[in-house]
Amino acid sequence: MSERRGFRPALRALILVRLREFFREPEAVFWVYIFPILLATGLGIAFRNQPPERIRIGWGEWGPPADSILRALSADSALDVVRFTDSTSSALALRNGRVALVAIPAGDGVHYRYDDTRPEAAPARLRVDNAVQRAAGRSDPVATSNEIVREKGSRYIDFLLPGLLGMNLMGSGIWGTGFAIVDARKKKLLKRLVATPMSRADYLASFPLAQLLLLGLEVGTILAFGVIAFGVPVRGSLASLTVVCVTGSLAFGAMGLMAAARPTTIEGISGLANLMMLPMWVLSGVFFSSARFPELVQPVIKALPLTAVVDSLRAIMLEGATLPQVAGKLTVLLVWMVVAFAVALKSFRWQ
Amino acid sequence: MTAPPALLLRDLRKSYKDVRAVDGLDLEVQPGECFGLLGPNGAGKTTTLEICEGLKPADSGEVTLLGLRWDRDAKALRRRIGVSLQETQFSEKLTVEETIAMFRSFYSRGETVAAVLGQVQLTEKRAARVGQLSGGQKQRLAIACALVGEPELLFLDEPTTGLDPQSRRQLWELIGGFKASGRTVIITTHYMDEAERLCDRVAVVDHGRIIALGTPRELIASLGAEQVVELTLESAAADLPGRCASIPGVLGVKQHDAVLTLRVARLHETLPRVLEALRQNGAAVAELRTHAPTLEDVFVALTGRYLRDE
Repeated sequence: MSERRGFRPALRALILVRLREFFREPEAVFWVYIFPILLATGLGIAFRNQPPERIRIGWGEWGPPADSILRALSADSALDVVRFTDSTSSALALRNGRVALVAIPAGDGVHYRYDDTRPEAAPARLRVDNAVQRAAGRSDPVATSNEIVREKGSRYIDFLLPGLLGMNLMGSGIWGTGFAIVDARKKKLLKRLVATPMSRADYLASFPLAQLLLLGLEVGTILAFGVIAFGVPVRGSLASLTVVCVTGSLAFGAMGLMAAARPTTIEGISGLANLMMLPMWVLSGVFFSSARFPELVQPVIKALPLTAVVDSLRAIMLEGATLPQVAGKLTVLLVWMVVAFAVALKSFRWQ
Repeated sequence: MTAPPALLLRDLRKSYKDVRAVDGLDLEVQPGECFGLLGPNGAGKTTTLEICEGLKPADSGEVTLLGLRWDRDAKALRRRIGVSLQETQFSEKLTVEETIAMFRSFYSRGETVAAVLGQVQLTEKRAARVGQLSGGQKQRLAIACALVGEPELLFLDEPTTGLDPQSRRQLWELIGGFKASGRTVIITTHYMDEAERLCDRVAVVDHGRIIALGTPRELIASLGAEQVVELTLESAAADLPGRCASIPGVLGVKQHDAVLTLRVARLHETLPRVLEALRQNGAAVAELRTHAPTLEDVFVALTGRYLRDE
């Protein structure tokens, strides 16, 4: 008769199979663990904080002599003055962005030539004009003072790391789950499994649950790397961070089940998974702030699960936010999870 | 009360678009029997089996296994049957032992993994990855996964297709062992020698119907022939079957391109007459073979086609 076999033996066996399949696939291990670290290293180095950049401007020497103005500009530590002897070469330098502005002495004044659609042009115009006016004897009526604050958490790597974490959760949830299921369907293994007394719910649940077990390692590796190698701050609690990662992982896992519900070929699931993930790679603010997109699409962006994960992680890590402060984003994730799981269950093709 | 039939099919029908895959099939298999469904590819064997295994719904008809029906007792049925499908590929990353252990976990009772490994002679390969197994070993693994729940009724869909002779013999022994334990096996094959060797009874299936049913011995005896003569001619000649059919001792003739197949009685008397008739008709014989009739000859006699042609 039946022996004692502990709690849900089939579910435990299926989760074990998931873990074995993952760790015996070297490519999967590379993409989940090694790749994000390489990416973070590369981008962290490329965008490391450097001393404030000087603004390069051009000085037109073909105008009437104006030595006092040129001296004032050269004396400004924030400006790097390039001299041009003719108008054509200065125009070329302006066009290809080598200088932000060209200042040309003109009679008793100065003529500025610049492209106002370039972000560096406006500060250059302001800085140069200040230097010119002060050299001519302008006195500022209000006394101002500066205090420079360079804080950890405002660097690009600090912004990037939570983004990479979110992107990884999405990749392993959607792609990892989707590929494994469609592969089993293509190999007729799925059909073989439903001919046994195996519970179909156990089979489906084994994917997100195995993902959760891998989650600690996955998030832990990337996070530890960021903290140790770049000193990325974690200002909120690890518990809040865990809650966000778990919810996000389950939501992406459910989306993976949804993507895998119908396709019978690897090409089919690749297309579908990329269709799901591409908009989020672009819109959800992994590499740059999603606030740059027009106001009109912001509600759509905010409703994407990756945006919810990445924004929550940033809020917790960089601003020390608590769970109630990211409750809205967690709700977005829960809705995705429930809807995707329901669609997957309803439309799943077992044979 | 006697035990219900292991399998009972009544007027089973299943169509795909305009193809009638199963076209009114009746069958009764008794407990302890090893029953073979024979027929060429596309005859409807696999569809019939998958309906029995609860993997496909029938369009109409009645399906009862062990006295149970899929619409009412699916859970109980899945616990009591074992299945090996055509072309299942198990995960290549897992070992033999891990694969069987996964299947074992689905059943609340059954064999131990070690016992099943021994039965299918894969004990030495238990730590090998599935991806490294030979074709025969993969098939034995598939049967191990079907046996691990100690099924009362085992379905095997073309278990030896594509295997080398030695692997086929190993599988026959394995299936023979299961049969000897008194449980029921239903097997499909298009190898007639396999059916003759393994099955207590066979049904010959063509175009979704059963065209002959009986023990292999009965079916062969129904040909009424003592020997089958296969003549390969150097060139096809007109009306040879007609002329040969009238020779005393010739029971039946089929021609397939340049191959003439005759079912004959009293070979030693009949064969000289046949050769003489061919000579008179100017048909040169390139090759002559005779053999005792087999199930293959039954299929040829019933359909006029060879199994391997399909």
